[in-house]
Amino acid sequence: MSEDKVLEIKNIRKSFDGNEVLKDVSLSVASGEVVSIIGPSGSGKSTILRCATLLERMDGGILKYKDDIAASDESGHMVYADKKELKRIRRYFGLVFQSFNLFPHYTVHKNITEPVILSGQCDAKQAGERATELLERLGLEDKAEAYPGSLSGGQKQRVSIARALAMKPEILFFDEPTSALDPELTGEVLKVIKGLAAEHMTMVIVTHAMKFAREVSDRIIFLENGVIHSQGTPEELFNSNDERLNSFIGKLEE
Amino acid sequence: MSEWWAGVSETFARCFINEGRYKLLLSGIGVTIKVSLLAVALGMIIGFLIALCNLSKKKPLNIIGKVYTDVIRGTPSVTQLMIIYFVVFATINWAKWVIAAIAFGINSGAYVSEIIRAGILSIDRGQTEAGRSLGLTARQTMIYVVIPQAVKNIFPAMGNEFITLIKETAIVGYVGLMDIQKAGDFIKSATYEAFMPLVGTAIIYFVLIKMLTIALTKYEAYLRKSEKR
Repeated sequence: MSEDKVLEIKNIRKSFDGNEVLKDVSLSVASGEVVSIIGPSGSGKSTILRCATLLERMDGGILKYKDDIAASDESGHMVYADKKELKRIRRYFGLVFQSFNLFPHYTVHKNITEPVILSGQCDAKQAGERATELLERLGLEDKAEAYPGSLSGGQKQRVSIARALAMKPEILFFDEPTSALDPELTGEVLKVIKGLAAEHMTMVIVTHAMKFAREVSDRIIFLENGVIHSQGTPEELFNSNDERLNSFIGKLEE
Repeated sequence: MSEWWAGVSETFARCFINEGRYKLLLSGIGVTIKVSLLAVALGMIIGFLIALCNLSKKKPLNIIGKVYTDVIRGTPSVTQLMIIYFVVFATINWAKWVIAAIAFGINSGAYVSEIIRAGILSIDRGQTEAGRSLGLTARQTMIYVVIPQAVKNIFPAMGNEFITLIKETAIVGYVGLMDIQKAGDFIKSATYEAFMPLVGTAIIYFVLIKMLTIALTKYEAYLRKSEKR
């Protein structure tokens, strides 16, 4: 399976103002794999995603998508690929934010088509067809001409998933996709993610929803204080007798 | 009563009708509008460029932006106008009103740049991050995501700046342009009447600005309506 790796992160480090948030984290994700990252607030979960999606520059380590090296410190200091190369590498991944970050000045349909067109992936007609198809699949076809401001949180998050999918990413990152939602709205979003998992979409999900992580993941990573405390299949982790892990999972399940 | 009325209408005629003096005011309105419109356009262009300098990550550009805003905001607009007219354009034979508009555009640019900078910074960072993560370049994110939203936030402050600018142009008399203010002043000197020409000047400015305010308010409502938040 090793040649099938979509994402490979090696020994990444990241500090903010001298505060070391990630200390030597390594993680690789195989094609079709669903990995959940759990852990207490401030453990560096989101920072991993932000480094992997090039929103933050890491201080050290290697970031690789398939055979393309986005960043590496093998030469002794941190070197990022050039702009053109990074633009190409950005095509590998999509990111779904906790706070949706839909574009409020565009309709739902345009939120999905505009990035596809602007990034030069395809023409307006194809992008439109792709958007319509995605909206239908996510049960949002009647919202195509609505503005994000008039949608519920769950609908917004579904649109933002559609928007990310329209770019046809090879791997999709979710940064706490349900944390900004009312409890009764999380279900519709989790259902969409489960649907994607069933289609073998490669995904990395940062989440606090334990039950969901257990159901959807091939592998769960428990992160604490910027290092991977433990990882394994859901069964392994949920049946572990590690005290720290159990107290964390127990706390959230209450 | 009728005597008083006769007096008033006689003064009115002397100030505004005799010797076609209303024509002075009319052409004054033309001058004020011409200068203001060109100055607003230049101010927007300069302001946008200076805002980009201030927001840039490149140090030299930051310094250019900072010095520009500092110098312009730190000196009176009359002084700026006279320097542009009598020094910078001393040997260049352009129409007076164009030179005046350039001076006001340069002045307005400093204020507009601050408005634009604040407007761009008011847009949530998540918007930029969403743009970038969806494969847009930094420039595309600015043009298609940030600026369209910033425009709506900026609009009221920008309207204020236009209004201030129109009133500011009342000093163009200093470089010999006959705008509304100068026309009123000219009538005052010619008729030895102060009240009517000056109050008349005030009323003309007020009506102009009131009309602009109404138009701006309408347009703002339209902008807001197109985005149901």
